[in-house]
Amino acid sequence: MTSSPAKPETLSVLDRPNSYIGKVVPRPNLERLMQGRGLYVSDMELPRMAHVVFVRSPHAHAEIVEIDASAAKRMPGVTAIVTGEELAAVITPWVGVLSHLKGLKSAPQHAIAIGRVRWQGEAVAAVVATNRAVAEDAAEHVVVKYRELEPVTDMRTALDPEMPVIHPLLGDNLAFERTLDAGTVDAAFAGSDEIVEANFVFGRHTGVTLEPRAVVADWNAAEARLTIYQGTQAPHMVQNIAALHLGLEESQVRVVCKDVGGSFGIKVHIYADEMATYALAKLLRRPIKFVADRVESFNTDIHARDHRCKGRIGVKRDGTIMAFEIDDLTGIGPYSMYPRTSAIEANQVVNLVGGPYVTKNYRARARVVFQNKNVMCQYRAVGHPIACSVTEGLVDLAASKIGMDPVAIRRRNLIADDAYPCASPSGLRFELLSHHAAMNKLMAMMNYDALRAEQAALRSKNIHRGIGIASFIEVTNPSAAFYGVGGAKISSQDGVAVRLDAQGSVICQTSITEQGQGSESLTAQIVGSVLGVSMARVRVILGDTDHTPYGGGTWASRGAGIGGEAALQAAKILRENILDVAAAILQSSPTVLDIADNAIVNASDGAPRIELRELARIVYFRPDTLPPGIQPELMATRHFVPREYPFAFTNGVQASWLEVDTDTGFVKLLRHWVVEDCGTLINPQLVDEQIRGGVVQGLGAALFEKCIYDERGQLTNANMADYLVPMSGEMPDIDVGHVASPTAETELGAKGAGEAGTAGAAAAVANAVNDALKPFGATITEIPLTPQIILTALKQI
Amino acid sequence: MTAPLPISLHVNGERVDAQVLPRLNLADFLREHLKLTGTHVGCEHGVCGACTVRVNGQIVRSCLMLAVQTHCALVETIEGLSDSGEIADLQAAFRDRNALQCGFCTPGMLIAAQDLLIQEQEPDRERIREHLSGNYCRCTGYQAIIDAVETTARARRGR
Amino acid sequence: MKASAFSYARATSVGNAIELLVANGERAKVLSGGQSLMPAMNLRLVAPELIVDIGDLTELRGITVRTNTLTIGALTRHVDLLKSSDIAAHAPLLTDAVAHVAHPAIRNRGTIGGSLAHADPASELPACMVALNASIIAHGPAGERLIPAKDFFIGIYETALSPQELLVAIELPVAAKNSAHFFCEFARRHGDYAIIGLATQAIVENGQLTDFRPAYFSVGDRPQLAKAADRLTKTAITPALLSEASKALSEELDAPEDQQASSSMRRHLAKVLLRRCVSALLDRPDLSGGSP
Repeated sequence: MTSSPAKPETLSVLDRPNSYIGKVVPRPNLERLMQGRGLYVSDMELPRMAHVVFVRSPHAHAEIVEIDASAAKRMPGVTAIVTGEELAAVITPWVGVLSHLKGLKSAPQHAIAIGRVRWQGEAVAAVVATNRAVAEDAAEHVVVKYRELEPVTDMRTALDPEMPVIHPLLGDNLAFERTLDAGTVDAAFAGSDEIVEANFVFGRHTGVTLEPRAVVADWNAAEARLTIYQGTQAPHMVQNIAALHLGLEESQVRVVCKDVGGSFGIKVHIYADEMATYALAKLLRRPIKFVADRVESFNTDIHARDHRCKGRIGVKRDGTIMAFEIDDLTGIGPYSMYPRTSAIEANQVVNLVGGPYVTKNYRARARVVFQNKNVMCQYRAVGHPIACSVTEGLVDLAASKIGMDPVAIRRRNLIADDAYPCASPSGLRFELLSHHAAMNKLMAMMNYDALRAEQAALRSKNIHRGIGIASFIEVTNPSAAFYGVGGAKISSQDGVAVRLDAQGSVICQTSITEQGQGSESLTAQIVGSVLGVSMARVRVILGDTDHTPYGGGTWASRGAGIGGEAALQAAKILRENILDVAAAILQSSPTVLDIADNAIVNASDGAPRIELRELARIVYFRPDTLPPGIQPELMATRHFVPREYPFAFTNGVQASWLEVDTDTGFVKLLRHWVVEDCGTLINPQLVDEQIRGGVVQGLGAALFEKCIYDERGQLTNANMADYLVPMSGEMPDIDVGHVASPTAETELGAKGAGEAGTAGAAAAVANAVNDALKPFGATITEIPLTPQIILTALKQI
Repeated sequence: MTAPLPISLHVNGERVDAQVLPRLNLADFLREHLKLTGTHVGCEHGVCGACTVRVNGQIVRSCLMLAVQTHCALVETIEGLSDSGEIADLQAAFRDRNALQCGFCTPGMLIAAQDLLIQEQEPDRERIREHLSGNYCRCTGYQAIIDAVETTARARRGR
Repeated sequence: MKASAFSYARATSVGNAIELLVANGERAKVLSGGQSLMPAMNLRLVAPELIVDIGDLTELRGITVRTNTLTIGALTRHVDLLKSSDIAAHAPLLTDAVAHVAHPAIRNRGTIGGSLAHADPASELPACMVALNASIIAHGPAGERLIPAKDFFIGIYETALSPQELLVAIELPVAAKNSAHFFCEFARRHGDYAIIGLATQAIVENGQLTDFRPAYFSVGDRPQLAKAADRLTKTAITPALLSEASKALSEELDAPEDQQASSSMRRHLAKVLLRRCVSALLDRPDLSGGSP
């Protein structure tokens, strides 16, 4: 059954009495988390469960000559030691390509390496034992002979003819290339008064989820069924892939997500060691647990954002931006990740550069090359931080060149708030954005003029503060245009089933998932609002392929917009069904009744008529008392998929206020602002907290985080002391404001918000540092902005 | 010779007798032997703070203590602090302010925050940030946590 | 990661601890606070066969003051130093410095004896011992000996202790009436190991410095007492003199290159520290600005 848009005579759910939508309410699942009584996969124990530890390659590129596990196998507590060849009998390899990314090529990847290792940290054998410590002891006794090969570790030379080709059958190390040429770029540059070029360099970094990746795979041989407990964002995707590669039907695989200790995209991908864990459970016929330790996490969790991007901007003296041009190069690992591919990030960069601005002239080339480093793939905000840093960095450089204020040049060139719908030169369709309203709000919130005055006053005292602005657009609520069209079995629709139970409480099953952003809460808020039931009486079940509708899950900021709409529509149907039964019981008509505060009431004066609890009792236990012919239905399911727009774009603008100690190169973040437009806010506090968390990840990228590889492909800072994540002492307070441009595609009107903070934060900080250093004539286009980089730019060292 | 050694201690007020291998760290002892999984393991090198518990009234990194070192000690975990009601007001402030998202850092964060609140009556935001600077959170960006601790401190002063 | 298997012995006395060390040699490691040893063991960077836990040796705890000498027991924890009124009165450099050591949970377990015996060139307390002219008291099979701090730290994780010796206490002179101290380190985040730091104490009289002992840490394989300081003692300090001393300092230090900083950056920061230090000790804001 298809759902139709809201009838004008029906009260919109946003206007209902006692609606939770737009309200700050505490999340229902917090108590257990605060008492330490959550259940994370890393907490799980099953009978006869064994632990797997992987013997991992110390070399970035090598032939596996021999694996001798004989001594290790004899150690007490060791259940099995399994090599890639042995496991290949149980699980088939995969290739991370999608057909809509034309020309993308990658090589088959096995769960455990066979014959060759292609990054330092790749697994070469699995050691299964009674506990992790014993397995680690045994792993030390597995003797592996390698013949080292020359590694490819510099993206700039990966395509040179004299470099080794990592996958000879592919011919070269180029995974993907895309070009775009829109408008009349050459003419635009020719007509520009000033042209500025810069090389932008981004440090490879990674998610560092506090709970590492963890899987418990349980193969029940008698039932021929595999249950996978995993903190994945997309359980149906995992179900499909596990079944496919283990030679099972999807109905033989159940994926269960418990509490997840952070994901941010890290746990939405298919990892070789996790696939190995599923296969080991089937092979050994007992539950197998894999929990990556922190060092393993650094070496094998997907990395992201390893880009070198040449950017060019043409501008007229009056501030009109004439054209953008980029040439982006990114070095991934030896395989394109499965199934979402490692070309998406570069593809997004091409799509998003210049996005907020009116210029139609845009040319881009992006190349993705293989390297002998850890695999790379989608991490919170995907290509947005790169695109935003390049765009906003170029805009600031242009402003500087013509002596214009950074806000003024943006106001001159941002797409007008009344220009929608429209499209970007890269073909992105915008339904309704609010760049100018957001900028106006930002200016007021931060008191821009006062900060400029303060900056000037402090400069005369040799204190150097800077303001950085970054406008951005963000992809949310993706349709099948993202993955489905390329052949990926990744659902772009989601479903919610709601029912009234025998005590008049509500149970919802939703196919979106929860990693802390508030999926459970937003579902309960919507259902409670539509049904007129208090949130305390709404229980949400998610993260279980056996017990929820089929869906995409939570990623690309789609949970609220898509899953929320499904919840809304399902609850509307259930409401109608309840009113039909109520009308029968009360010998009335559904049109004069409503549901509020857990009871059927008169629509006119709100007087309670019958409690839901009582209605449920009658339906479930005394249907004999109902009028003849009535078949009550107290359960409803609706799915939702975006059809009109391939993505629901949101927009926003960020600002950073910071101080640079020009003696030491240290940056102190004083304050940060975000104005964001994600349409309808279901729970403003949860949205703001998503933005804050996202901003801090962007601040980490701007100042601290970098996976440091040496020229031999060794990751040299794979621990929490040397890889610097943001801690509380260095982070600023972040003020968040909103503009609201709901999407007309749904009744809820909600767009996504999960990645907005990360999209623009690093760009704002980089612009602020350059603003602070203006008196010194230094411009830096590399992040992380370490003290060493700053002191070098200042010619202090 | 790495035979198990006997230890006798109190955990959340309850007497515990156990035989443990010397190399078993306190975090793993709590989680695997006593099934108190509220204490989390995030790095095992003492940096992230997820494993923070109280031993003899003082906060420690349980991944950096051996279980055998807790012989005759009083150990308190998040479960104990929750059940006793000691941090009920702090937990309420965390809930109201949404000072947790995935919840993995939260037990350690609550114990570290309570440690500050016990020692100082009027910590300002900078002081709160400093005391919590050894507890990693990836979800919240810290501000909500600072807000919740500040609110709790103010309320306790008012009592 | 989980530590490799080991045996465990809880020492009942200093003598008993030494017996165990003598019997087991390099196979044994002393466990005091465990805040340096445990991470190394968890990462399997070290795998001792025997751990000698000295945590029960109450005779190694405590801070005592006698006329001109402050004695700190090896098992004194960082938090004890931080909260001690004796330390605040007689060795205030330590009160300042120890606030920079890691985080509260680490300070509740880490001990001064452990920190000094571990001798991480990036840590704060070894440099403080050098700056304060402390003596390390070691107990071994041959008895007790006093090792001056400047001779105690001999390399990265290397001290003058023999494998059979136990560090039992530290002695240092009580701070003089007219002494001032300065502590500053540059670290990326609160509690991180410093990129570079400076711990110092000096006598300040009539706007001049005497007994000026600036000890740098994270500049080499051990704390380094800057000889360039001699140019600044017993004389009126001008910006030009300070600049000269800075130049000498830069030449004197053999700062290593690592992920945090290049050699040239460390030397630059060393100069910044010297400038800020002298300016703070003498309360002379005119000396704090300008290029080093």
